[in-house]
Amino acid sequence: MDELRRRAKELLEASSVKVVIGYENGTDGKTRALFIENPADAGKLVFDSRCIMNLAAYITKHEVKSKGKMAIAATLPVMRAIVQLASEFQVNDNNLLVLGITPESKMIEFKDLTEVETFVHQYQIEIDSRNKEMLDRIEKMTPSERWDFWIQELTPCFKCYACRAACPMCYCHRCTVEFNQPQWIPVPSSELGNLEWHIMRAIHLAGRCVDCDACYNACPLAIPLNLLTKRMLLDAREHFGGYQPSLKAEHLMSTYKPDDKENFIM
Amino acid sequence: MNIDGRLVRKESLEKLFKILKANNRTIVGPSQKNGRISYKMVENYEGITSEYIQTTQSPKEVAFPRTEKILDYSKNADGMTVKGINADDIPDIVLWGVRPCDTMGMGELSAIFNWDYRDEIYNSRSSRVTVLGFSCGKSDEYCFCTSVGGNPGNIEGSDILFTQLGENGDYLAEIITEKGSQVVSLASDLFEKAENIVKGKFLADVPVRFEKEQVRQNLEKYFDSEQWVAQSLKCLGCGACAYVCPTCACFDIQDEAHGKSGSRVRCWDSCGFSLFTLHTSGHNPREVQSQRWRQRIMHKFSYMPDRLSVYGCTGCGRCSRACPADMNILDHLISIQEVTV
Amino acid sequence: MTDNIYMPYQMKVEKITWEAPGVKTFMLKFINEDDQNKFSFSAGQFGEYSVYGTGESTFCIASSPTRKGYIECTFRQTGKVTNALSNCEEGSIIGFRGPYGNVFPIDEWKGKNLLFIAGGIALPPMRCVIWNALDLRENFKDVTIIYGARTVKDLVYKHELEDWKRRGDVKLITTVDPGGESPDWKGEIGFVPTIVEKVVPSSANTIAIVCGPPVMIKYTFPVLTKLGFADENIFTTLENRMKCGFGKCGRCNVGKVYVCKDGPVFTLAQLNELPDEY
Repeated sequence: MDELRRRAKELLEASSVKVVIGYENGTDGKTRALFIENPADAGKLVFDSRCIMNLAAYITKHEVKSKGKMAIAATLPVMRAIVQLASEFQVNDNNLLVLGITPESKMIEFKDLTEVETFVHQYQIEIDSRNKEMLDRIEKMTPSERWDFWIQELTPCFKCYACRAACPMCYCHRCTVEFNQPQWIPVPSSELGNLEWHIMRAIHLAGRCVDCDACYNACPLAIPLNLLTKRMLLDAREHFGGYQPSLKAEHLMSTYKPDDKENFIM
Repeated sequence: MNIDGRLVRKESLEKLFKILKANNRTIVGPSQKNGRISYKMVENYEGITSEYIQTTQSPKEVAFPRTEKILDYSKNADGMTVKGINADDIPDIVLWGVRPCDTMGMGELSAIFNWDYRDEIYNSRSSRVTVLGFSCGKSDEYCFCTSVGGNPGNIEGSDILFTQLGENGDYLAEIITEKGSQVVSLASDLFEKAENIVKGKFLADVPVRFEKEQVRQNLEKYFDSEQWVAQSLKCLGCGACAYVCPTCACFDIQDEAHGKSGSRVRCWDSCGFSLFTLHTSGHNPREVQSQRWRQRIMHKFSYMPDRLSVYGCTGCGRCSRACPADMNILDHLISIQEVTV
Repeated sequence: MTDNIYMPYQMKVEKITWEAPGVKTFMLKFINEDDQNKFSFSAGQFGEYSVYGTGESTFCIASSPTRKGYIECTFRQTGKVTNALSNCEEGSIIGFRGPYGNVFPIDEWKGKNLLFIAGGIALPPMRCVIWNALDLRENFKDVTIIYGARTVKDLVYKHELEDWKRRGDVKLITTVDPGGESPDWKGEIGFVPTIVEKVVPSSANTIAIVCGPPVMIKYTFPVLTKLGFADENIFTTLENRMKCGFGKCGRCNVGKVYVCKDGPVFTLAQLNELPDEY
């Protein structure tokens, strides 16, 4: 990705941005996030199919944001997350420059977030076939079977919150689980408590999740918790006509329209 | 010390398992789910996963469960009835398939739970565990046991240590403790006489990557370094590293109420969470992630050796394998060793 | 299991005193007489007080070890557990684990002058050592107490302040923040560090014990240093998030120190050795 490295170097030399967020080679053939402030380090940037971590999780992190204007190497899922974050007033054109990487691995430097939005709207979020099949299988289960399935999958969860930490949309300074008056979700790992945590997180993502699978990729126990968020995404489409991350979004869970279907209530 | 070494044929392992089961032993061993390996109760030998360099979760749960009741209470007309834990309710466990780094880790965990105040709940559990360790024939780039005082054939912490003598080979079984002898006595036919087996050549080669004393000394002067911010930029602040670590023991205490009765539980916690040191007033001594990352390293490599005379790390590499951000503690320790402060 | 270190003593709330807005003092008696007889503690130590079903909270033991038969704690309604404690009535049963922590080295202070400086809700940890000293009054030379709060209403232990004022052998100076005085307020007006500067206590052969909110402490220490107090002769107590109370849960670990075991009593000299993480 020579163009990416070249552009990162130029931006830092000109001080147009203070930090470039991209990927570097990590341990065991993986890639990981890289934060460059020195133009000389731009050579460390890499990009290929291994780069699936959603770097947008870092643009709301205090130590990164406080460096000044950021530039970010953004694949399509990262771009979607950025647009959604912008619609929630977490980033704007003043503090973020997007170096987009198309699905064909070409670099596009977007002038502003509106251009990013236009690009993102060309593509629909599609659930991949393997997960689609799993979702269909669960759909066919009886409520009791479904309960057993989720208890079995979620009981091993030890509440490390890696899913929350890796998700670009989970940027709350104080998460719901971190309140104790009242303690909405129990702290210790337990059968019911784990269900409550994952269901609550999925619901908080309704209308916001960009289906990047960061949560699943982060989970040390490879729990298929992204099935919940994908189901939420499909439900949003079915009941509320779908959504695309948009700068001037009417957020799904906070917008009421008179023609909203209520067939699941009555 | 003369360790009793025996030869155990490859096929005998399954026989040993069955004999233990026939003697009503609860066996906890590495078990695979979703491509990750955790320690679970296993009923059949087939349930044990054996092809791995290291498991995803550590075996610390047998002595330090993720959620554990420490008392029950119940409000009634006369007042409050509070009941503690009955040690008799704690089962005896055979822990099957533990790497030498983890067996060393049990000693470090025990140091935390026994310094000054002795945690008898922890001790009741750990004393009921019989550890069947398995030496490492292979290692990967995440392993660094030899840098923290361990080695792939370390007997410390095992009751019996099995070393496979080459790929598909039979095993050398070192009977280290009385508990180990008790296991042998249940299946003495399976533990044959061993002829001068040198286990060293069957162990993995784990090169020493840093000098822990040098790291500890450097850390004394490193507290205010700007490097902590640079090192921790990637860190997302989850608890994965603490939870998979065999020696991390930080915990929370929570009450669970159900009407007039309930219980108090102890559960895992992590110094990496922002909530860990947050005062009710809103003041947080460790407000940003770089301070919390620093605490992790300093506690394991400086404070613990100082107060408890043990390092808080066994070099098992799990934290780096589990970390969603690839923080790789080994990289950081090497850079701390090389720093000129 | 005989030695469950997590098992609290069962305590009955014998008496509740409403000290100030949101601040209450509980007098607690052990339900089990055997526990009562075996229990002892020293000034400076703290405990974990619990409401079963809600959780535990950390406060010092605010009564003096010289007074047997009960212990007292004072707390402000701030979070989940303190709110639940605040809802307790006389006769309620709560749990108490302790005593934990280190102690004020009162024996080493014999023959010296004592200067107590406290602010707001931080008088409770000091009250323990003040009464301890006053109950052994002949062991010490001059005793001075400087205590301030934001407003007159926020002064705690109001009746005891009267006791101390009336005693002939204690010099008591009370103050409220500028703007916090009431029309009939006869004490000083000014922040505690300012009043300390005004009083100019002598540092000769004197031990200073300071407890207060972080901002008060931050400005009081330099005043004492300027007055000639050595760092080893200035004592304070640290407050930290705590859970277990005995050095295992990790929360109160600051540098090489566990506040619940090596503290909460520290000298300024010891504090200066600690990293700035408290």
